[in-house]
Amino acid sequence: MRQTAGPRPWTFYVFASFFALFVLFLYGPMTVIYILSFQGPTGGLTFPMRGFSLRWFHALVAAERVGDIDGAFGRSLVLAVIVAVLTVVLSVSAGLAFRRRFAGSGLLFYLAIASLIMPGLFIGLGIAVGFQLLGLDINWYSSALGAQLTWTLPYGLLIMFAVLGRFNRAYEEAATDLGATSWQRLREVVLPILMPGIIGVALFGFTLSYDEFPRTVLTAGTRNTLPLEIWAMTTNVTSPALFAVGTVTTIISFIAIGIALISIAIIQRRRTRGTGERI
Amino acid sequence: MPSENRNGEIRIVNVTKRFGDMAAVQDLSLTIPDKGYCCLLGPSGCGKTTILRMIAGHETPTTGEIRIGGEPVVGLSPVQRGTAMMFQSYALFPHRSVLDNVAFSLKLRGASKTDRHNQARELLTKVRMERFADRLPAQLSGGQQQRVALARALITNPRVLLLDEPLSALDEYLRLRMRGELRRVQKELGITFIHVTHTQLEAIAVADLVVVMAQGRIEQAANAQEIFTAPRNAYVARFMGGQNVLSGTVDSVADGHAVVVDEHGVSFSTAVQGEKPTLGSRLFGSIRRDRISVSKAHGCAATSDKVNSLVGEVHAIEYQGSYVKVTIERPSGDEFVANIVDNEFFRDGLDIGDRVVAHWSAHDVLRLEGTADAKEASMGDAAGVLI
Repeated sequence: MRQTAGPRPWTFYVFASFFALFVLFLYGPMTVIYILSFQGPTGGLTFPMRGFSLRWFHALVAAERVGDIDGAFGRSLVLAVIVAVLTVVLSVSAGLAFRRRFAGSGLLFYLAIASLIMPGLFIGLGIAVGFQLLGLDINWYSSALGAQLTWTLPYGLLIMFAVLGRFNRAYEEAATDLGATSWQRLREVVLPILMPGIIGVALFGFTLSYDEFPRTVLTAGTRNTLPLEIWAMTTNVTSPALFAVGTVTTIISFIAIGIALISIAIIQRRRTRGTGERI
Repeated sequence: MPSENRNGEIRIVNVTKRFGDMAAVQDLSLTIPDKGYCCLLGPSGCGKTTILRMIAGHETPTTGEIRIGGEPVVGLSPVQRGTAMMFQSYALFPHRSVLDNVAFSLKLRGASKTDRHNQARELLTKVRMERFADRLPAQLSGGQQQRVALARALITNPRVLLLDEPLSALDEYLRLRMRGELRRVQKELGITFIHVTHTQLEAIAVADLVVVMAQGRIEQAANAQEIFTAPRNAYVARFMGGQNVLSGTVDSVADGHAVVVDEHGVSFSTAVQGEKPTLGSRLFGSIRRDRISVSKAHGCAATSDKVNSLVGEVHAIEYQGSYVKVTIERPSGDEFVANIVDNEFFRDGLDIGDRVVAHWSAHDVLRLEGTADAKEASMGDAAGVLI
């Protein structure tokens, strides 16, 4: 504790108020939704709370009038995992490849990054139209998967650029010097050292896919992903079950983030652990 | 397959290495004897690390040949060459313990865990790091990391060890200790060491063969004493320090001595056995700093009319313990340095700003190979600044 801090400058109060507003806008509405999802059986979409219950959570699984929530949830989860895996494999390989300047590498990089600034809705529309032209069905696991990858791959590539920017190539040369084949070098040295960054890429791939809306809305076909299902619900569901969906999806997101952070922490701990016995 | 040949003689034959338009190494030839300790010495960008990396197999020569123990090695892997490299930043794998770092190459070769750990422990004992076997590299000091890197390189049982600025990451005290240790390890193992450095004193302290380089070429390759006391040309003399370089045109030749006068009227004489330099030709000479005596000047003449002396003003005085380094600024702006034994210095009591005469005897003047090439001479000046 500082004891003799002088009076704070006025800018402190300006920025502190701004930050307080930011926090309020970020967490206030979400908190309201979490609270209302525990609304009593006779309660409505707004305050006051008429008792507490888990009724609306129950309504989700029972699927009485809430649509295909658990189906949508399952699809979103599977899709997010597929997107995360593909994003990791492709952006790690691309990141490693981009370390070597090849003809047209600059152009290729900007082409990949450009999809971050293109309007997502139109990417989705283009993909949907393209599938139609080719006579293919649009589906969450084909056209929507491709649409989401246009969003997650550039992100993954940018993260890999940052991660590889700090990677000392002498590690690879040392491995070669000690007799490693290129495959051994990748498995024993490069990937383990990059692992925290790779987990970060996976996490981004997962969460970006899990709540992706603009690219998915026109490419998912007849069976909705979770965000699409929730969007549909806002127009025709008038019970706090809607809020219960919000609470559950948030919990899922936190679990994903938690798993990623814990794995990174375990890796870091293993790298700085004390003189533990290990024979 | 690792080579069975244990001969660590390295022969570099007419090697050139280009990166784009820039030639890092130009038509360089060098032989490093088996079991020798060779230092590649030069300012940054002189190509010394490129040579090391070509011997290691991390770079391929654009043209030319490299032989180790008589066998051509270009195109072979480091293991096939029987070389091992210690990297500048050590490049210890941060995710593996000290023991697993050292055992790494045995793991790649499929040695069992107990087997490779036993061998690694043995080597760690040799570098006195066995107590730290379970630590991670991040938990070690620079000097400890260096010992681990040494053990990791040696476990492949190389015939040549390549060290890229091995001491540059250490503080002064450790640097002095570790360089002695490197020399001891080299003698003990009886293998060839090639050590890249930009520090003159480090090179002459450890090496049997010192190779002074500039701009992708070898300026002189000789033992430490010869490099220091008999530099071949002005570049080496300036780069190694310890020498004052003078140049001028031949004024007269008599009794096997040429008298050379520079554009500021300073003259020196040097022996010219047999040959008879033409009058007016350009000649370089150097005089060791510790072979110069300095006395206070009387009168105010800007030049000394005597051969083998010059007049100047004391510019800096640095006490070095056993001697005092006196920097004299000549009227031309050039510096001239005299190292004076301490009791002699304090007897005369020189001070900054004093006008002094520096003089030396003709047989201490070393004739340098003529480098009339203006570009090369100015390059020498650039190197002199580094000291």
